[in-house]
Amino acid sequence: MGVGIKVEHLDAWFGKTQSLHDISMDIQGSHATAIIGPSGCGKSTFVRCLNRMHETIPDARVSGRVRMGELEVYNGTAAVQIRRRIGMVFQKPNPFPTMSIYDNVAAGLRLNGFHDRRRLDEVVERSLKLSALWEEVKDNLRKKSGASLSGGQQQRLCIARALAVEPQVLLMDEPCSALDPISTGKIEELIFQLKEKFTIVIVTHNMQQASRVAEFTGFFLMGRLVEFDRTEKIFTTPSDKRTEDYITGRFG
Amino acid sequence: MANRALGAPRLPGPQPVAESKVITDTRTQAEPLIKAGSGHVSDTLFHLAMLGCGVCVLGLVGLIIYELVRGSNLSWNAFGWKFFFRSEWDPVNDQFGAWAFVYGTLISSLVALFLAIPLALGVAVFITEMSPRWLKGPLAFTTELLAAIPSVIYGLWAIFVLVPILRQYLEPFLGKYFGWTGLFEGAPYGIGMLAAGIILAIMVVPIISSITREVMTAVPQQQREAVLALGATRWEMIRTGVLRNARAGILGAIILGLGRALGETMAVTMVIGNRPEIARSLFAPGYTMASVIANEFSEATGDTYLSALIEIGLALFLLTIIVNILAQILVWSVTRGMPARSNA
Amino acid sequence: MPDPSTPGLPSISFWRRGKNVAATLGAAAAVVLVLLPLVAIFGYLVYKGVGSLNWAFLTQIPKPVGEPGGGMANAIAGTCWILLIASCIGVPIGIGAGIYLAEYGRNRFGDLVRFTADVLNGVPSIVIGIVAYAIVVLQQGHFSALAGGVALGIMMIPTITRATEEMLLLVPQTIREAAYGLGVARWRTTLSITLRTASSGVITGVMLAFARVAGETAPLLFTAFGNQYWNWKINQPTAALSLQVFTYAISPFDEWHRQAWAGALILIILIVLAVSAVRFAAGRGMLKGTS
Repeated sequence: MGVGIKVEHLDAWFGKTQSLHDISMDIQGSHATAIIGPSGCGKSTFVRCLNRMHETIPDARVSGRVRMGELEVYNGTAAVQIRRRIGMVFQKPNPFPTMSIYDNVAAGLRLNGFHDRRRLDEVVERSLKLSALWEEVKDNLRKKSGASLSGGQQQRLCIARALAVEPQVLLMDEPCSALDPISTGKIEELIFQLKEKFTIVIVTHNMQQASRVAEFTGFFLMGRLVEFDRTEKIFTTPSDKRTEDYITGRFG
Repeated sequence: MANRALGAPRLPGPQPVAESKVITDTRTQAEPLIKAGSGHVSDTLFHLAMLGCGVCVLGLVGLIIYELVRGSNLSWNAFGWKFFFRSEWDPVNDQFGAWAFVYGTLISSLVALFLAIPLALGVAVFITEMSPRWLKGPLAFTTELLAAIPSVIYGLWAIFVLVPILRQYLEPFLGKYFGWTGLFEGAPYGIGMLAAGIILAIMVVPIISSITREVMTAVPQQQREAVLALGATRWEMIRTGVLRNARAGILGAIILGLGRALGETMAVTMVIGNRPEIARSLFAPGYTMASVIANEFSEATGDTYLSALIEIGLALFLLTIIVNILAQILVWSVTRGMPARSNA
Repeated sequence: MPDPSTPGLPSISFWRRGKNVAATLGAAAAVVLVLLPLVAIFGYLVYKGVGSLNWAFLTQIPKPVGEPGGGMANAIAGTCWILLIASCIGVPIGIGAGIYLAEYGRNRFGDLVRFTADVLNGVPSIVIGIVAYAIVVLQQGHFSALAGGVALGIMMIPTITRATEEMLLLVPQTIREAAYGLGVARWRTTLSITLRTASSGVITGVMLAFARVAGETAPLLFTAFGNQYWNWKINQPTAALSLQVFTYAISPFDEWHRQAWAGALILIILIVLAVSAVRFAAGRGMLKGTS
């Protein structure tokens, strides 16, 4: 059910500085793709270009072509519509602090005009189950605020919130870097299950995580895509020396 | 070759979970829940609306300037520059000159500052540097409370409490021992320039004090510690480590206080005597620019009369603007370099 | 006399120690001198006003000159009415300008607006009264609650704008991004997410502005003008608490002086309530860093 994303010759700029150079990549639907690379290599920027979050920064520019199935992400479609189809989970969990758990999950739907009470209840329950948070919060949905949960729970709440609008792709920008190992493990489990229904792109600086979770991996270095292949191959027999240097820890 | 450091093949790779959690998908088909539009138009409209509010603010100041200039046109044409240097105020014969009011405004504000500056600085220094921690909050709160009292209530209290005290105790005392200065001559009516100066001082202390506190807090702790480490007493530390660094800001606070004093209307009107006279003695009644507008505007017959009053309003406006801008620049120069608070 | 613990260095001289003590005493004296009028004012308000605060005072309109009794009911109502009109003008424009400055105005034009708002803040209230007179009273040909409301509304704007901008800037960018990531349009994010998160601080700003203009008299002198009778119409002269206190205070009648104190007491209660609510809200909610 997840749809693939085709990236063709993507460039991105922050003002005058070019941060992505000619990225081309074919992200498989219903699979998880990891994006790895040293700090500052453009991984986050790349992923933010996929759902057009990059352009929310003043003076930011993108050129190139991104397609999600039949849909052109850039040419002619409104950013807002793209972001409904491509969801995002951020590095630091960011639930809406003034809203309850229920309201957080329902936020994406409500803010887009969907108000049917009964179906909202269904969607909230389904999303929380999908993100493995349901059992822990089902008795306090409306009483507890989103910000009162633990870090790991907050992140799963953010995942549920992103899933509630039923995107086809889920982008995750270092979702576990602010979490403890147990919460990290739970989220990695989650990704296994979500893969079947959604396409997942996960940015991570943790190579073990990439190998645990993703079938495909792309290695970025200084704004360029150095190598993109099946995860096994990248981590056992990388084609590019730079990739090998990175995964053996010689730099970055 | 890559294996060793990473050990990837040895770690469990992507795997199905042990207990199969079935994801129940109760939804029938991929019918989008959200059908709304692109939001483009709404975004632009919203931006314009908010911009409009910002423009409103500009427009309001422009409107103020426009109306004041337009209203004072008549008077300007009749009297020119000299309007502010003549003291003839004769509505019957249509002769107007604002010097008495300018004088009254300046003198009352100066008296107020003279009294307020030491008090406000003392309060600020005490609260920031000397007060025990548990006292800081309540003291700060109470000085802010002083700022919240409306002018008319200050005036009410001044008429019935301050003025009798002045008339019966303070002014006779001052007249007897300091009359030789020429500042305390004449009959002690109570009502007059001194009363206005005192009540203005009370009103202006909170502003000077709170801005001074702000700039004093903006001075980094390291500065204080540097002075203390040289073996200074607390007062010496305050003087060299804090006040000296914050002096531009303190000057700004004082000027802000001046700005407030210049524009203050009600309390002054109620105790200054409202006579357009110029006298050296502080016991004499006087008149300020704001007071004459307050007292005579609604009864001004005749276009020149009204225009003269509006011209005084224009002068007051320009005076307070210049003073306030100067003050802002000074305060900004201190608090900008050392942020008093950090944003989350 | 050399200090044995630090041989070679003179001890802290009597002079220096004396100055230190004097400074502390001086500062403490300043605090006392400043608090004295505060206590005195509140004390007198209660002392002189409380006796006259009765049901009659709160429900009757003023009696003709010379007759004892009567109250300020119309003035209390008038103040509420004028403040309502002022809020309708000041709050939307103030919050709108604040939103503009925080979300769209990080540029030169925004700086200009910010500066102008500060300028507007410093304009003496009597001058605002003149302008309201020119644009409302002169056009309509009579004094009115509307004119008073316009004057006070204009005065509310800078305080509300500054508070709104500050509170919106405190909302972390990542919260906005979370909403964008869900496909929410920018305007919707600003209103339903950002503003909502900052709401308690914004409300505080509004209440501060409210408390500030509630006690204003000068701008009402020739806009609302005052009224000895009931008035609910927006286009007629209207009584206001602050105006009434002023008129009574400067009058020669003892009876009116007594009522002036009572009116002043009510006015200060209103304002203290608003300021305390602000302090209370500052204790909870998103108000880090505001003084």
